[in-house]
Amino acid sequence: MQIKKNIAVSETGFVFDPTSGESYSINKVGQEIMAMLKDEKTPQEIRTRMCEQYDIDQASFEKYYYDFTGMLRQFQLIEEDE
Amino acid sequence: MSKKKISVALTGLNNTDNPGPGVPVIRGIRESKEFDARIIGLAYENLEPGIYMHNVVDKTYQVPYPSEGTDVLINRILEIHEKDPIDVLIPNFDAELYAFMKAEETLKKANISTFLPTLEQFEERHKSELPKFGEKYDVKVPFSKPITRSDEIDNLKEDFDYPLMVKGKFYDAYLAYNADQVKMHYNKISAKWGLPVIIQEFIKGTEVNVVALGDGHGNTVGAVPMRKQYITEQGKAWAGITLDDKRLLDLTDKIISGMKWRGGMELEIVKSFENDLYVIEINPRIPAWVYLAVGAGQNLPEALIKLALGQEFDPYTKYEIGKMFIRYSYDIITDVREFEKLSTLGEL
Repeated sequence: MQIKKNIAVSETGFVFDPTSGESYSINKVGQEIMAMLKDEKTPQEIRTRMCEQYDIDQASFEKYYYDFTGMLRQFQLIEEDE
Repeated sequence: MSKKKISVALTGLNNTDNPGPGVPVIRGIRESKEFDARIIGLAYENLEPGIYMHNVVDKTYQVPYPSEGTDVLINRILEIHEKDPIDVLIPNFDAELYAFMKAEETLKKANISTFLPTLEQFEERHKSELPKFGEKYDVKVPFSKPITRSDEIDNLKEDFDYPLMVKGKFYDAYLAYNADQVKMHYNKISAKWGLPVIIQEFIKGTEVNVVALGDGHGNTVGAVPMRKQYITEQGKAWAGITLDDKRLLDLTDKIISGMKWRGGMELEIVKSFENDLYVIEINPRIPAWVYLAVGAGQNLPEALIKLALGQEFDPYTKYEIGKMFIRYSYDIITDVREFEKLSTLGEL
């Protein structure tokens, strides 16, 4: 899964999609996940990193992770050929 | 480099909640690094706000509506030109373009330059001609049908699914969910803009717009796409943002090169949920949100003047993405003597 290259994420968590003109706000955790997706980390790498950093088990994280990425897809922030 | 002094006359000073493009076009011209323009406003109504904005318009003259006859309007322009010479004339309303296009040669002979589409270009992008247009230029358009009688409304369900759009030939567009609503909008629109009234398939999606300028030889001189972020009850943009979407620019190039479009234009496009681009309207003039393009790096009003004067011009190839405009309202305090002067003498 890859975030579209032209999506800009600011330090304050403001996400701007210049193709649609839409903007969104995400929290710190969302920013971290977006950054890892931009770095083309795999879901496994992201899960390991987040479970190390936060007090959450792998199954719970996965549920939230797929909710989050589903939303990114719905908002068309993911590359179309994915 | 000293700026070239020119005199530019334009209409569209109605900077209301349904604004004409005059004032934003003037703001672009005022920011030109090459022209020092004297702005002559041409007003149809005596309460068009631009008339009283003396830092925007240098002098205003009242002009008759084109419905009073092309000759009446053009004679008034020539009369103004005689005492206050005009170098370039920029009409900013769809409804007056026909008169100015027809009089292009007359104006040229009087040394008034314009840069307008040809009559053929103007006609083929009419809302009522959209299906033919889509076929000719290979662009997706919604299914449309012009109607001229109210008894045609009950049969619309044979060709359309509700909701559908009811549109005036020049302005106004309403969404209708049933035949009763179509009838209501039909009566309102036909009384205001005449016939036909255009019935158009409603495409669900996001509306985006492009302001563009064609050089008349098939080249795009500039183009900036925008998405409305705040829309008034009349469907007008109150805020918008420039977009980075190559598909919109490619579609604009395709239309301008196909038509060899001459002059300013606004494309109204719906990006469907399937990501298809449907052209829903082609407006034959610069839109009221053109100052966003100026702010994003493309001074299209200045470019239009250069084209009108036959000057060489390198097309714009970029603009800033994520530039926004937000409209605001502002109360001008003026005096009844100004209003009186315009109303009685026809100039201010």
